[in-house]
Amino acid sequence: MATPRHRLMDYVREEIMPHRFCVGCGCGTVLNVFVNAVDELKLKPTNMVCVSGIGCSAWIPSPYFKADTLHTTHGRPIAFATGVKVMRPDLKVVVIAGDGDIAGIGGNHLIHAARRNIDLTVFLVNNMIYGMTGGQAAPTTPTGVRTTTTPHRNIEPPFHIADLVKAAGAGFVARWTTFHVFQLMRAMQQAMDRKGFSFIEIVSQCPDNYGRRIGVKSAVDMLKQFKANSVRISKAADMSEEELEGKFVVGTLCDRDRPEYTDELHKLTAEQVALIKKETTA
Amino acid sequence: MAINQNKQRYLSRLEGKTYFLLGDEACAYGSIYAGCDFFAGYPITPASEVAELMAEELPKAGGICIQMEDELASMAAIIGASWTGARTMTATSGPGFSLMQENIGYAVMTETPCVIVDVQRSGPSTGQATKPAQGDVMQARWGTHGDHNIIALSPNSAQECFDLMAECFDLADIYRTPVILLMDGEVGHIRESVAMPAVSSLKHAARKPAQPGEDVFGGSELVPGITHYGAGQNVHVTGSTHKANGMRDVTTPEVHDRLIRRIYRKIDENREKIVRVEPNRDPSGGARVGVISFGATSRPALGAVKQARADGKQVDFMRLITIWPFARKQVTEFAENLDIILVPEMNLGQIAREIERFVRCEVKSLSKIGGVPHTVFEITHAIMEVC
Repeated sequence: MATPRHRLMDYVREEIMPHRFCVGCGCGTVLNVFVNAVDELKLKPTNMVCVSGIGCSAWIPSPYFKADTLHTTHGRPIAFATGVKVMRPDLKVVVIAGDGDIAGIGGNHLIHAARRNIDLTVFLVNNMIYGMTGGQAAPTTPTGVRTTTTPHRNIEPPFHIADLVKAAGAGFVARWTTFHVFQLMRAMQQAMDRKGFSFIEIVSQCPDNYGRRIGVKSAVDMLKQFKANSVRISKAADMSEEELEGKFVVGTLCDRDRPEYTDELHKLTAEQVALIKKETTA
Repeated sequence: MAINQNKQRYLSRLEGKTYFLLGDEACAYGSIYAGCDFFAGYPITPASEVAELMAEELPKAGGICIQMEDELASMAAIIGASWTGARTMTATSGPGFSLMQENIGYAVMTETPCVIVDVQRSGPSTGQATKPAQGDVMQARWGTHGDHNIIALSPNSAQECFDLMAECFDLADIYRTPVILLMDGEVGHIRESVAMPAVSSLKHAARKPAQPGEDVFGGSELVPGITHYGAGQNVHVTGSTHKANGMRDVTTPEVHDRLIRRIYRKIDENREKIVRVEPNRDPSGGARVGVISFGATSRPALGAVKQARADGKQVDFMRLITIWPFARKQVTEFAENLDIILVPEMNLGQIAREIERFVRCEVKSLSKIGGVPHTVFEITHAIMEVC
């Protein structure tokens, strides 16, 4: 008997399945949730462009998601996506990238895109490590953790990326983990369904290159840890910094309307075009 | 490629007029004439005037001009925008050009048409920010890592900054490659008359469209057809080694070999179609001394050659307009009956070294750095020494 075809198989490049993510990797979960969110929103992949950079999570849309894709240089997907978006505001442009990619080497593009509030949807998959290159410390690696490049211990504090993006001016910012698949899917829908810079930090597990270094041996144990250490934003508001140490504050950090960059840009261009039209027809 | 109504209306105000423009400004106007739809840039001396004029004028022609947070982002944005089918460009100088190199390599690998203007200044590093140089000749050729070919043109007047933009965009679209307009600070900041041509005279090359379902990264053609985002083709663009259909294959030696050799060959095998030089032979036909130059330096160089001829010397001259791919055949032919070629350039002999590879006669570099262009006298003196 033939294997029944998955109801969401139309959204992926079937010919290259199965995917190559490690056993237990959170990227598969993110792909699954993303495809479900697209399906429920009834977004047409032909009206989408997915942009990614370098790292494991860059593979979520490229090659797996079946749409126009742009798999760019390390750290630069948001800058590439900006070029796509301003020339084709009608297309839904989604960036899926890792913490090393867009909070590390490409951090500058992230904060400036948030500042502009450009209509991009950015899903940052934060596994707290450089997974693809073999487990080096990232700007998101918690203090004290031993990695291949912090063999004694990591002396640096980690970035709170979602807070940074909120402070920079993004319209919508949320944080969830790969444990919270349903909440994540709703947040993804919200992010893709609204205008402006929408950002979700997705805390994800890398059992091979992070979990085993912190003594959490399986993906399931990592997910349990995400569950145990997650605190809703409303609750976190009443907690001290010490109490929040090592916790993942989840929920929507902000959801606000600000002027959107592409709109403003095209408005400005239209004004100038109109002036020339007036001048030449006068 | 048809010029849209907004551009046409904008250009109708300019056509037939003559303006007194900086080379940088001429370059910006030239790009709008050339059908540029999108500009992304970042301020840098001596190229800022390109971005400033684009910000002022491009929206009037219905185009989009944005300032990015750095040069890496500018280069990234013009590649992303190019995949929507737009004609895109950026402009910078040495330090910014260095920052763009990785993404220029991405444009080479993904065969993305785009134009990069590099108004060369004195380097390395911050160098002499406000002083002209021609030290990026080899960076234009080899600045990004890995085997590749590139197209670079070098203007020597404000008018040519204007004129060559159309050629840059056409070459980018025809060969699906980044094209570099290798200006220098001298030409960028020279102020000269620039004639705006008639709109009806404009004929732009168009990208060859891929047929639906056709592979856009290979196949039988040296330059495959291209599609654009939103066309429903699910095009997969990656800087990793890829198969003809765009899907990544980074382990099969033949896939990499086939891809890189084809990208290399598409420019190599069209060298004669791309290359433009401007020879100026001695009327006697018997010169034993030649001068080859390019960009701003070609102006005092030609002045010196004329001076030497007026003094009864026989000197051949040639200006390189196309820097890359190198004018091998033209330089070899130029050198056939010569004993020596003098090469004035504002660097330590980057073009002279390239010329040496293709000629039998002696090649003498008249290098000059420090931000002051050659004088006619200096070059005349050098010619007199060998004549």
